[in-house]
Amino acid sequence: MNDAFDIRGESHIEVHKFRAGAIIIATLLALVIQSSFPIHFAKAAVLDLPLLVTIYFGLSRRNPSTGLLLGMFIGLLQDSLSGPTVPLGLYGIAKTIIGYLASSIGARLDTEHPAARFALTFAFFIAHQGLIVLTRRILLAQPEPWFNMHLIVAALVNALVAVFLFLLLDRFRKN
Amino acid sequence: MVAIPSRHKSLVLLAGVILLQILMLAVQIKRDSEGRLIRVWTVGAVSPFERAGSNGFGWVRNTWRHYFALQNTTRENEEIRRENDVLKLRISQLQGKAAEADRLAALLNFRQSHAEVPMIAARVIGVSAGDASLTIQLDRGERDGIRKNMGVITPDGVVGKVVETYPNAAQVLLLTDKESGVGAMLADSRTQSPVGGQGEPLLAMKYVPNDDAVSLGERVITSGMDRIFPRDLPVGTVAEIKSGNPFKQIRIKPAANLERLEEVLVLLSLRPLEMKNEENSSVAQPSVSGAAGSKPAVRR
Repeated sequence: MNDAFDIRGESHIEVHKFRAGAIIIATLLALVIQSSFPIHFAKAAVLDLPLLVTIYFGLSRRNPSTGLLLGMFIGLLQDSLSGPTVPLGLYGIAKTIIGYLASSIGARLDTEHPAARFALTFAFFIAHQGLIVLTRRILLAQPEPWFNMHLIVAALVNALVAVFLFLLLDRFRKN
Repeated sequence: MVAIPSRHKSLVLLAGVILLQILMLAVQIKRDSEGRLIRVWTVGAVSPFERAGSNGFGWVRNTWRHYFALQNTTRENEEIRRENDVLKLRISQLQGKAAEADRLAALLNFRQSHAEVPMIAARVIGVSAGDASLTIQLDRGERDGIRKNMGVITPDGVVGKVVETYPNAAQVLLLTDKESGVGAMLADSRTQSPVGGQGEPLLAMKYVPNDDAVSLGERVITSGMDRIFPRDLPVGTVAEIKSGNPFKQIRIKPAANLERLEEVLVLLSLRPLEMKNEENSSVAQPSVSGAAGSKPAVRR
């Protein structure tokens, strides 16, 4: 059990376990929907479902090692599905760090409240895009703007979707 | 040997995993083919689900649009309404099929009017899994003769080029991607300049001198200089002109609707292609009705 500090004053924060196959199925489903949905609804491209799944399982499992490895796995699969112009590792690095951060924060804070989930997802989305821009600029020497309004709108939309998606994924937890 | 404190183990793992991926990035920059195996496995594993997902979404969308959305239109006369809904559903299904037939007929008409250019019709089954690139995935691959660098079009205009092929799938880099480009020229003045993507809906035409006359709405067509697309295919229309130094800043609205692609044509040739000039009008404005009686010749 994790003996992390809890800001609510409780001595322990529960580590959630999931039904068999839930993480794998949720991951694959997120990737398939991410690459299929925008064909029919172009605006759905603003969502980053693999990132939301990374954040959710990171916050719930609360084990930094598991979180970062799951983030790496999801990120590399997303790289593979994004075509040869996206080198393997671009999303991989970003989601590894987000997976680590989410599980580290999940071990220290109460992340069950919808408002907390909204705020955390918003922050993680911005951080994720920042890491991608950083990787592109430093490692790939590709000029990329740090900030635009689209980023804020996308972060808000993803944070809002995350609140409902996380409630749905909560149902796959073991009692 | 120095033992790592347990609280630092995850940090060490994080550093190791990041370092590994940075090395992988470095290797890929050095050698283009690295990482292909992982992509082949991933695309091979995911594309059947994408195919099923694409069909499933289409079915759900059609059912939702054509049946459930109609349920709230009236609350009276339940029996007649139900019967009416069933009839509407049938009509909608037939309209959907007719629309699909129209699209395929347009492809067929285009295909037949350019019989000298080998091409194959393909269905879009996926898009890039993130916003770092603008790609689509087709349900045709190496087994259908598709190879890297082949051009992809619709009867409306240029779509992009094939950047990766798998046995039963292919990935196409859309014209709007930052790394995409096509040899093009202004239809009226015949001024040649490459047109490239910017990662947003409009394209950019970069090398037109300030002295050259360009008008809003002017058609931009392929020049054939890229040796991928034949001459005179529609690329788009001029949507914005600003003077720059030393070249004008021209933005182009793509002729093909790149945000709503369902079927495309892949040009099955890596040699420079030529198209007949007299068929340009049918390229720009594909005649749907005229194709109704055509024999199906597009490979599907």
